[in-house]
Amino acid sequence: MTVLSTRHLTKTFGKFTALDEVNIEVNKGEVYGFIGPNGAGKSTTIRILLGVLKATAGEAKIFGMDAWKNAVEIHKRIAYVPGDVNLWPNLTGGEVIDLFVKLRGSHHKSRREELIEKFDFDPTKKCRTYSKGNRQKVALIAAFSSDADLYILDEPTSGLDPLMERVFQESVVDLKREGKSVLLSSHILSEVEKLCDRVGIIRQGQMIETGTLKELRHLTRTNLLVETKQPIVSLRDLNGVHDVKETEKQYSFQVDSEELDGVIKHISQYGIVKLESAPPALEDLFMRHYESGDGGAS
Amino acid sequence: MSNHLYNKTGILSRFLLRQDRIRIPVWLLSLFVFTFLIAESFTSLYPAEQDRQALAETMLNPAMTAMVGPGYGLENYTFGAMMAHQMLLFTAVTVGIMNILLLARHTRAAEEDGRIEMVRSLPVGRLSNLLAAIAVLFGTNVLLALGIGFGLYVLGIDSMSLNGSLLYGAALGAIGFFFTGVTALFAQLSESSRGAIGLSFTVLGVSYLIRAIGDVSNETLSWFSPLGWILGAEVYVNNYWQPVFITAAASIVLVAFALYLHSIRDTGLGFLPSKPGRTFASPFLQSPFGLAFRLLRTAIISWAVGMVLIGVSYGSVFGDLESFFNEIDVMEDLIGPVTGVSLTEQFAAKLMSVISMISTIPALMVILKLKSEEKKARTEHVLARAVSRTRLLASYLFIALFVGFVMISMAAGSLGLTAVTVMDDGLSFGTFYSAAIVYLPAIWVMTGIAVLLVGFAPNASGLTWLYLGYSFIVVYLGGLFQFKDWVGNLSPFAHIPQLPVEEMDLMKVSILTIITIVLLAAGFIGYNRRDIHG
Repeated sequence: MTVLSTRHLTKTFGKFTALDEVNIEVNKGEVYGFIGPNGAGKSTTIRILLGVLKATAGEAKIFGMDAWKNAVEIHKRIAYVPGDVNLWPNLTGGEVIDLFVKLRGSHHKSRREELIEKFDFDPTKKCRTYSKGNRQKVALIAAFSSDADLYILDEPTSGLDPLMERVFQESVVDLKREGKSVLLSSHILSEVEKLCDRVGIIRQGQMIETGTLKELRHLTRTNLLVETKQPIVSLRDLNGVHDVKETEKQYSFQVDSEELDGVIKHISQYGIVKLESAPPALEDLFMRHYESGDGGAS
Repeated sequence: MSNHLYNKTGILSRFLLRQDRIRIPVWLLSLFVFTFLIAESFTSLYPAEQDRQALAETMLNPAMTAMVGPGYGLENYTFGAMMAHQMLLFTAVTVGIMNILLLARHTRAAEEDGRIEMVRSLPVGRLSNLLAAIAVLFGTNVLLALGIGFGLYVLGIDSMSLNGSLLYGAALGAIGFFFTGVTALFAQLSESSRGAIGLSFTVLGVSYLIRAIGDVSNETLSWFSPLGWILGAEVYVNNYWQPVFITAAASIVLVAFALYLHSIRDTGLGFLPSKPGRTFASPFLQSPFGLAFRLLRTAIISWAVGMVLIGVSYGSVFGDLESFFNEIDVMEDLIGPVTGVSLTEQFAAKLMSVISMISTIPALMVILKLKSEEKKARTEHVLARAVSRTRLLASYLFIALFVGFVMISMAAGSLGLTAVTVMDDGLSFGTFYSAAIVYLPAIWVMTGIAVLLVGFAPNASGLTWLYLGYSFIVVYLGGLFQFKDWVGNLSPFAHIPQLPVEEMDLMKVSILTIITIVLLAAGFIGYNRRDIHG
């Protein structure tokens, strides 16, 4: 069942096209990773989904309702964490958490206390004294203590320390176990790799890749580290071999996934002493997309 | 030697000046223009000696003493004496405010925002930033003192000698530097710029009050207030310089103490303990309305207190008003006599137009707060939850309407009560109150315009202030400038029947109300349609 979907979503600010026909689909019980460089349009997409910005063209739907027209109805069932959390300097963190939870509608007192404990957060201080990470905790605690169906998280961990990041990841895993849906926009690829079922990559306002991690990995390369008895002849000339680095008798290189079979057959002739293979990191995929001019997966 | 304390103070000073290259000149220029215009206007308002002596009589009123300071030289009320007596205190308070705001900006506010940390990471002395800020303000105050001093002398007004004029300027400069010292000190004590500014304003307010009480009842008490010191200089009458030196010396002590505290404290911390706040939100806070009200609470309360003060001070002059008007022909020109209506009634009607415009300011501030919340990306928090835009805007609108009503009621009520007490047989409380409350529809129109702009063109919402300023000029000063009728009619305030001078006009009031409803409806439609930026 589709919880969130955008179809040909377009947003222009004057002459600047921020989003160009963006299609996203998040299914029930799924954690969707939304990644892309700064200024690619992640936050703009999210803010349209929240009904804060109005789409120029295309449609944005959550729970089958229009994100702009039915904003209030939708918001009763979603929880949102912005990337840049600006709070009221003269209210305390505790007050803001209560306010946020109450504005959504539902109550979850015990959850709130548990999360404050887990995130090691002091709710009695005024917001002006909080660091970026602590302000983010306010938004996270408010979101996770809400009983929502969809969680929209916009780079929620950019200010958290590694320990708190783990608490965050556990909380997302808990949500997943409960069958909740999550739209997670992030820069931390290890986080996306750990948490997300499906990933969408956006660049310059266009979706350039969508799919499960497995599907995306198929398009990418495997890292190999090989040591052989005899030097490998003409490794560089093989189909699908990239970035060869040679040190003594060791070779490290990347292989296109579909060419892996042929490459292994070739190098096995030289007597393999050691073979290490690393799965393709999302980062490699990510980097290739970010750097390449046309954005296609080559 | 003390390089680790003072290194690069000079460069930092120039950097601060560059940041304030508009702000400081605007403050100084406004003070100059304001002072010189008032001085000039005295000569045209009270050309004859008996006019001035008549004015001096009204100054014996304790309410006037409390407001502007002790009367001295009243037996020979020259232009100089008049200027120093009526204007020095108000100008000094303004100069105090200027110093508080300018210094807090470069000290605690910069520290709170983390800018000082970046500056301190450079090869810059520990005291350099504070010292640079103090130096910039010292220069500003010296410029102020010299500008006002020589400027007043150059006007060439009778009885304004060079010595007196320089003393007038020096008194302002000294009190300014005193409040630089006060703010520098509180910037060390308090952890937040709001705290530092608030405490400094408290000192300014308490100084004013102590002096007011002292001047009326016990002169020794006034010497506990720095504002009392500079009034003790008796500028243009006796020209005592000692009080100014005392003020300057006290400022140096304050600055030295602030520098000492700064040198021994951690960046980002203060000496006053910050007490823990609430762990839970009160039930009242947990709605868009409650949140908006909470954010505006301090401002609303301060304005309410201010409106009462305005009401009481205007009300207290009503006792001597009739005799005062009879003796001064100029006021008749200003107000313009109407047969069958006493000058007191006319003055009351005129006064209420001003009070209603002042009451409009906090109401507009409420609506514009919604815009500034949006600019700071906080509106998103509320709208991303189950809150409709209509509900959010309605919360602010409701508070604005409430604030407009409360403010005008506070001012008119306290004015009425005071006036009724001090007048022998004059107007009734009801007359005063209804003369003010009839302006509510004009306040509504202004509120409606603010809502319209926030709804359609948030970036242009500042225009509301311009329109209010325009209304003030054409309605209050219109008589003096002899504007054409249509110029005045462009302001909603001009269409309100001036009770008790004019008859109640339900038609006009209803039309204004209908205009308000149209403006509000349009504003709500716009707010529901546009993007929320952050």
